[in-house]
Amino acid sequence: MWNKFLASTLPAQGSALAAKWDTLYWFLTAISVFFFFLIVGGMIYFAIKYRHKKGTPETTTYITGHHKLEAVWITIPTILVLVIFAWGYKLYVNMIEAPENAYEIHVQAEKWVWEFHYKNGRKTIGDLFVPLNKPVKLIMTSEDVIHSFFVPDFRVKQDVVPGMYTSVWFQAEAPGKHEIFCAEYCGTSHSGMLGQVIVLDDAKWADFEQGKEIAQSDKPVSMQDQGAELFRKRSCAACHSLDGTRRVGPTLKGLFNADVPLADGTTVKADENYLRESIEVPTAKIVQGFAPSMPSYKGQLTDAEMTALLTYLKSLK
Amino acid sequence: MSGNYITSEKGLWSWMKTLDHKRIGVMYLFTILTFFLIGGLFAVAIRIQLAHLGKNIVTADQYNKLFTYHGAIMVFLVVIPAIPAALGNFALPLLVGAKDVAFPRLNLFSYYLYIIGALVACSSLLVGGADTGWTFYTPYALKTGVATLYVVAGAFIAGFSSVLTGLNFIVTINKLRAPGLTAFRLPLFCWSIYATSIIQVLATPVLAITLLLLIMERVMKIGVFDASLGGDPVLFQHFFWFYSHPAVYIMILPAMGIISEIVPVFSRKPIFGYKAIAYSSLGIAAISFLVWGHHMFVSGQSKLANFVFSLLTMLVAVPTGIKVFSWVATMYKGSIRFQAPMLYAFGFLELFTIGGLTGIYCATIAIDVHLTDTYFIVAHFHYVMVGGTLMGLLAGMHYWFPKMTGRMYSEVAAFWAWLFIVVGFNLTFFPQFILGSQGMPRRYYDYPAKFTYLNRMSSFGTSLVSIGFFMVAIYLIYAIKKGKIAPSNPWNGLTLEWQTTSPPPTENFEQTPVVKDWFYEYRSKA
Repeated sequence: MWNKFLASTLPAQGSALAAKWDTLYWFLTAISVFFFFLIVGGMIYFAIKYRHKKGTPETTTYITGHHKLEAVWITIPTILVLVIFAWGYKLYVNMIEAPENAYEIHVQAEKWVWEFHYKNGRKTIGDLFVPLNKPVKLIMTSEDVIHSFFVPDFRVKQDVVPGMYTSVWFQAEAPGKHEIFCAEYCGTSHSGMLGQVIVLDDAKWADFEQGKEIAQSDKPVSMQDQGAELFRKRSCAACHSLDGTRRVGPTLKGLFNADVPLADGTTVKADENYLRESIEVPTAKIVQGFAPSMPSYKGQLTDAEMTALLTYLKSLK
Repeated sequence: MSGNYITSEKGLWSWMKTLDHKRIGVMYLFTILTFFLIGGLFAVAIRIQLAHLGKNIVTADQYNKLFTYHGAIMVFLVVIPAIPAALGNFALPLLVGAKDVAFPRLNLFSYYLYIIGALVACSSLLVGGADTGWTFYTPYALKTGVATLYVVAGAFIAGFSSVLTGLNFIVTINKLRAPGLTAFRLPLFCWSIYATSIIQVLATPVLAITLLLLIMERVMKIGVFDASLGGDPVLFQHFFWFYSHPAVYIMILPAMGIISEIVPVFSRKPIFGYKAIAYSSLGIAAISFLVWGHHMFVSGQSKLANFVFSLLTMLVAVPTGIKVFSWVATMYKGSIRFQAPMLYAFGFLELFTIGGLTGIYCATIAIDVHLTDTYFIVAHFHYVMVGGTLMGLLAGMHYWFPKMTGRMYSEVAAFWAWLFIVVGFNLTFFPQFILGSQGMPRRYYDYPAKFTYLNRMSSFGTSLVSIGFFMVAIYLIYAIKKGKIAPSNPWNGLTLEWQTTSPPPTENFEQTPVVKDWFYEYRSKA
């Protein structure tokens, strides 16, 4: 019960590194709890024991220092922090030195999406597919401002900087999904710049590498729900609200079949073909009052996915 | 001369043109507390937004401005100047037995620089508001709205106020000490202000240059930090933290100095390990210049740099530990009073110990990789800056309030306010350590549902802290008007400010005091 509570204060252990990281974290916590009780406990104990009682004479002992005691509280903390430093550095070297055989994936970050480029030419947005129990190295750069690639379950984080490459590696040991956060403030939808690492077993990974579709679930899901899931995964909400508020892009509330004023002064009816064109070639028709800043999704959605997404967009009343 | 420094001259104009360090200190305190209220209201809005999932009271863009102004106001206009400029100005010349600081005109000029800097920074609100966070990281700060320039320019101007105040204090401590007041008789508050002033004078110009480069890059398009102009975005972080890390010690050292004064007075005992505490202030100031890279463990900085910065950062724990252990040891076999200044010293010890210990997590590179840029960091620096600096400020305000105003406040009201602040503070920020460990990044407008419970607890804590601060404001304002008349030495302190009247005359002392011993000569009369 106690162990379960403590474990719940940390994310799940999704990588080979996580368990080692957690050990050091709990070591630090044990030391901290000890010193907290030593210092604050000592303070409370002295405060009560030596409190001034009304009507009694003031009796204090004239003490100005104690060299041996001071030597103790210089030496012990020095040794402790050096041990902690060495342990932390050793683990850090393990964290940043990727094995030679690591599978490389290129990551491109831009406001407010993660793009992943694989060796076989595939590209995914929001979802990072990786093999189980194999080292993966990400080589990352940013299109605009600094972002930071953070997977709590793996205990790794690395800033993604424009104009240079940074890298991070991990070995996923837990199949399933693990959240990706952007940890460096990057503007309006910083908290919406989410993604997930999807860890595939050997068979599914082989399928993925050959370019096959990866079925996420065996249960039938309605078109609208599939669309909603795509909407979330591709971080569409980072720029498009569903409740009418203005974000970087126009709201999608009640968009279907509405008349949309364009930057060139004309108006267009938001039917299926307009929506599809705006997703695949966002610069074709710019909505009045908005900058053309949306990336192209051409070739990133299968026809089935596009239909699901449109079904969802049509449902937004 | 008629009466004291408050009554000697009348009218607003007499305050605005005053050269009296005590009046300037009181003006700083009043201005800083006003900004503290504004910055605090921003914080309350942030916590209301985070109390529930999704949009509550502000949009994402408004939220980003809220935390930018909360951070920039609290750091540059409140926490950095709070103790040195306000309480330092008021108390330092009294503590060294001087009539004033070394350069009174420069002192008043520093105050106006601070005001101009603050106004320039706040005028950014009229041009849309800045949304960079208080750290102004490039290239974001180069690409976002023009309001950023105003905040940067304001911080640039206020920085000079900090440099000149530091310079003034260094000269005051070196040249204006009363006869007999040797270096090792100086009250420890003076030592800590001295160490702080050295940092202010040496580090702040680097911030000024950095901010100037940022302005030049935006206005003139010279490539320094912007990769698209051939600059290096990470270079900005080096420059920025080269100042802003030492600045953390500008914030905490004076608070440590106040605690070193209060604990002996309210324990009726000499400070334990005077020299160790004095030297540890200088030690912390020296190391503070060499640890900035620990803010950048995941920035792409080299393995060697991370090695060195982590190792040096660890060493900060040693002088800090010396101080904390010495304060607790000072209480041993004392005669301890539970009056407001001592209560805040207890609060300081509790909160600062947590802040300090969690600093070790952040210094441990591998651990920091996961924790950096999460709520763990937010919790850590609030425990240090608020738990440390603000508790120190409140301790010092309550300690010198009778000297400053000539009145006493209600100890009962002070106790309840203290309880609300300390309990509320822990409730606000302790859950954030867990949120950060679980991986919730900072500066998030919205968060995954699993973080709701702890966020709500944190927001609830904020309401307790707010109640506590309003109580402080009410009973102190009441005390100024209706409080009991304060004696010269209400706490039985031995330092020089208690040897003159409350409030002191304009020239501080009737006769120049002569110092024959150190100020911690508490010998039991029994």
